[in-house]
Amino acid sequence: VSGASVEREHWGSRAGFLLAAIGSAVGLGNIWRFPFVAYDGGGGAFLVPYLIALLTAGIPLLVLEYGLGHRFRGSAPLTFARLHPRAEVLGWWQVGVCLVIASYYAVVLAWAAAYTWFSLDLAWGDDPEAFLFESYLGATEPGDIGGFRLGVLVPLVVIWIATLTVLARGVRRGVERANRILIPLLLVTFGVLVVRALTLEGASAGLDTFFRPDWSALSDGSIWVAAYGQIFFSLSVGFAIMITYASYLPRRSDLTNNAFIAGFANSSFELLAGIGVFAALGFLAASQGVGVDEVVAGGVGLAFVVFPTILSELPALNEVFGILFFGSLVAAGLSSLISITEASVSAVVDKFGLARRRAVLLVGGGTALVSTAYATGLGITLLDVVDNFINAFGVAAVGLAEVIVVGWVLRRLGELRAHADLVSDIPLGRWWTVALLAVTPVLLGAVTIDNLRQELATPYEGLPAGFLLTFGWGAALLAVAIGFVMTSRPWREPVAAVVPPEVTR
Amino acid sequence: MSTPAIVMMLVALVLVWGGLAVAITSAVVHTRRQRADRSTA
Repeated sequence: VSGASVEREHWGSRAGFLLAAIGSAVGLGNIWRFPFVAYDGGGGAFLVPYLIALLTAGIPLLVLEYGLGHRFRGSAPLTFARLHPRAEVLGWWQVGVCLVIASYYAVVLAWAAAYTWFSLDLAWGDDPEAFLFESYLGATEPGDIGGFRLGVLVPLVVIWIATLTVLARGVRRGVERANRILIPLLLVTFGVLVVRALTLEGASAGLDTFFRPDWSALSDGSIWVAAYGQIFFSLSVGFAIMITYASYLPRRSDLTNNAFIAGFANSSFELLAGIGVFAALGFLAASQGVGVDEVVAGGVGLAFVVFPTILSELPALNEVFGILFFGSLVAAGLSSLISITEASVSAVVDKFGLARRRAVLLVGGGTALVSTAYATGLGITLLDVVDNFINAFGVAAVGLAEVIVVGWVLRRLGELRAHADLVSDIPLGRWWTVALLAVTPVLLGAVTIDNLRQELATPYEGLPAGFLLTFGWGAALLAVAIGFVMTSRPWREPVAAVVPPEVTR
Repeated sequence: MSTPAIVMMLVALVLVWGGLAVAITSAVVHTRRQRADRSTA
């Protein structure tokens, strides 16, 4: 039976959808990006632009994507093709972005899985930085690929087998069931970590650094751009996932309330992560006799250098807390990787009428093969560059294109608002239309221009121009190329021309 | 912890976690009302 001709799968329950949507949004960025962005953006004062961004861009975009997927009942390419035949390219561009992100995201999960194992004997020793870059990753300079690293390759294969097994089992028996295990597991493990961090010496100094407001930061435009960027990148909007997940909702589903729950749940976890991370940083600063500002870090450095240092310094149960920390990174990342890959699998099923398992093997297997390039000595540099460019000029650009095309070019916001109001308990007010027509395009445009300005001012991380052009701009352009190439292929069945009937009251 | 930091932490917790609690409560009330409507219909 071909994939597109059978009735679309449904989530088993509303909670199943919400757990999957929250699992997609809550990822590594919540743990290692938000705390640093908030600290850097004025501490407690950052809460003002952050909450305004959540209410004027994050939740409106979630409602938009839930509305698109639910009204047109398809993956991103099918949804956009049903919205307007010429808009299909937007959906495939988003799928292209997903494929690029999935290829390296799985590698970070492989590192976290390996570090869960390393926690058993605190294998990083006294110098976690040298352990990460030299012993574990064998990092090389651009121009030297450095050969495969078995310590990365083996967990990478395990991560991909787990992801593809979940996806092959389908939406209800695979994606929903996995999230029903992963999200509660993440909450419990991370909750234990936060409670432990709060009871460490120096935790209050860490929290003071995190929450002390610097109100002067609010007059700096770049802080507002950072807040909108954080909300946008954190919520998994703009790259096909939420459209795909909403297409599996039953006909009568409260879209607006679901968007509020998913949006606030994501921010609640981010806040919890900020509290846990800064309490732990306060402990590290106290044990080293330095200020908290001197140990603050974000990204890979925070997770794989600073946290191992903290774990080694803990007074007791160091190995247990190591397993809990890196295990929660794996749980948070796995639910996101499942969603990113599902968005691509669903698109191929819809377009080419493939059975789900064949599509999983083809799309997931192909992406897994590409991801092995990051399991080399050059992997970390490659990953850093591709991540920077695909976020700056892939996710942000396609998100901007989405709101401009739907809101300004096709002028379909009224129809989507009517659809959301028809199935939801709380009617959307004019704020939703204004947020999507004015606030979101202006701020996403500012995020993209700011990214471009930074890139043109100084080459990313001072890397050679040829390397950045090939792998950075190359990755961003690859996503666009995937968009055009896949759009040019014919639909296996005329599904794109058939718009499902509107729900009746 | 300084007083401004404590105040901002409490404000953040109340607004963000409170927002989540309100959204979940609204969903639960909505579901219960739908079930009640179905059973009386």
